[in-house]
Amino acid sequence: MKRAFPILAVLTAGFLGYAGYQALFVAPTDQMQGDVYRIIYYHVPSAWTSFVFFFTNFVASIVYLVRRNPKADAIAVSAAELGVVFCTIVLVTGPIWARPVWGIWWTWDWRLTSTLVMWLIYVSYLVLRRFSTGGQAPVLAAVLAVIGALDIPLVYFSIWFFRTQHPQPVIGEGGSVDPRMLHVWLINWAAFLCLGGLVFWARYRVETMQQEVDETEALESLLQPGGSR
Amino acid sequence: MAVSNLVKQFGRFAALRGVSAEFAPGRLYAILGDNGAGKTTLLRTVAGLARPTRGTVTLLGSNEIRAVCHRIGYMAHPSLLYDEMTGMENLRYFASLYGVADDRRCADAIRAVKLDPGLERPVGQYSQGMRQRMSLARALLNDPEILLLDEPFSNVDIHSAQEMVGLLAAMRKSGKTIFVVTHQATLLENVADEFVWMDAGQIVKRTQQLAVST
Amino acid sequence: MNKAPNITAATLVKDIRLEWRSKDAINAMLFFSLLVVVIFSFAFDPRAEESRQIVGGLVWVAFLFAAVVALNQTWARELRNQVLDAYRVSPAPANSIFLAKALGNFLFVVILEGLMTPLFVVFYNLRALGPVWQMVPVAALGTWALVVNGTFFSAMSLRTRSREIMLPLLLFPISIPALLAMVRATSAVLTGEESTSFWIALLVAYDVVFTIVSLFLFETVLQAE
Repeated sequence: MKRAFPILAVLTAGFLGYAGYQALFVAPTDQMQGDVYRIIYYHVPSAWTSFVFFFTNFVASIVYLVRRNPKADAIAVSAAELGVVFCTIVLVTGPIWARPVWGIWWTWDWRLTSTLVMWLIYVSYLVLRRFSTGGQAPVLAAVLAVIGALDIPLVYFSIWFFRTQHPQPVIGEGGSVDPRMLHVWLINWAAFLCLGGLVFWARYRVETMQQEVDETEALESLLQPGGSR
Repeated sequence: MAVSNLVKQFGRFAALRGVSAEFAPGRLYAILGDNGAGKTTLLRTVAGLARPTRGTVTLLGSNEIRAVCHRIGYMAHPSLLYDEMTGMENLRYFASLYGVADDRRCADAIRAVKLDPGLERPVGQYSQGMRQRMSLARALLNDPEILLLDEPFSNVDIHSAQEMVGLLAAMRKSGKTIFVVTHQATLLENVADEFVWMDAGQIVKRTQQLAVST
Repeated sequence: MNKAPNITAATLVKDIRLEWRSKDAINAMLFFSLLVVVIFSFAFDPRAEESRQIVGGLVWVAFLFAAVVALNQTWARELRNQVLDAYRVSPAPANSIFLAKALGNFLFVVILEGLMTPLFVVFYNLRALGPVWQMVPVAALGTWALVVNGTFFSAMSLRTRSREIMLPLLLFPISIPALLAMVRATSAVLTGEESTSFWIALLVAYDVVFTIVSLFLFETVLQAE
């Protein structure tokens, strides 16, 4: 990993730069919102990326519950953390966008609200991991991950229905999607996935190394040479 | 009963570090050692309460403890009884967990530990000795082949303790396999078939006699 | 033979008997319910016109607080003297104790709701402009939604530090779809302006999904050591 990582990091940085250039300069200006809308190229790909990570966490948690494989647990926790990071980006870029466009910080737009709930669920997952005692964090967290993942569709559906009854300013919808915008969206999404994947890899390696350290430390005999204990 | 390479980790702390041993049926084993040696963890793992991090436990011919758990009796230093219910009420409830609906079985178990089934006092008002004996009665409800007792004599008056030891000796004669974790090894001096010494998560010594040595 | 339904019944009966004998939780909860309603009356002026619009939410937040206090003591008796070990060591299926505890909590919370509702009606001069009978399925389904997940998470929090805060911390985010449904349905009944059918359907779906999932995963949580 030591050799591959810096190379990939540079490539990813380059890709992000290219994607950023696309977002800021190449994509067409929106008719209604002007240049402010360009934050959507961070907002939406971050959301998609966080979904990818949370789904990974769901699958890894199921695998862990069935097989109790520590590597599955390492994947689960790394994916959850990355997912929360990208989810945070969505929740921060939302108000940054909403303020100049609609004059309010938070619009209770159904997608943003649902993302907030999803963020809460996975933050509670991370809190559970930290607060578990007796080494049971992986099992309990995996159970919570399954429950949370099953809850997400219900969250989105219920809030969507609620908001269609009481229309609010909607982030991300306004006119048809210019195919050039879609193109830039996808480029940015790919770049974010690269960034996310790279950091995920690093986090996963740290986690598996920590597991090995814990195990070695635990099994090491307390008997010192020349005496007992 | 056999354990093979049993490892139990609690996060960064390993309570059991590769315990391997075999135990013959129909014998009484006293498990001894300092605090933190792993005695309680070993007993809990064998009882199916703690899941091993690595290694296997084979009990009554099965690798799956849940499959044979109806043939095991477990008792610990806390009483595992509801303080607000009487002895009979407690046993009636726990008997139902084993599919036993027979009041007589409960009364017999209580009499076996030299207590009165008709006692209307809630268990919370018992003395420690009575409570431990009632707890033993609870462990005997399903007529188990293997008994796992974790510090049964702790804080118990000498009379109750001796009653319990006598009962254990009788049960061993009738073919039960008994494991007793205790700090009071002298109580079992003449009753135990073998003394198993543990230290730092491993079995370090197995003796037939309770030798007075370091 | 395990006779699983008998174990659930036996456990539930035992819990009711124990609660009846000590009455410690129920007395405190009754008084707590009254306090909650009074506090809410000070925080949200019952005379204001807006109150009718928001009282659907108020009521369910009050019920939620009461439910959390009740749920936090679900395993209190089993923790004293490590009684839970006796259960885990026996061949009794984990789900039997889960159902017994969930049903016990359900009864408990329903009793509290039954006490708080007349107080709310009186203090807030509530009149339902919509079909009142629909409150029965809403309350039943909504309470079960809170209780089934609450009982499950209270068992999970047994293996954590800061047990009392872990329960609501885990319960609240997961319950949001159900809470939304309960509040909207209650408002719909009170204002008579909307239909409750979508929300009742959502509650049914929520209850089915999470009851099945809880039954499926409870053994894992109970035996996690």
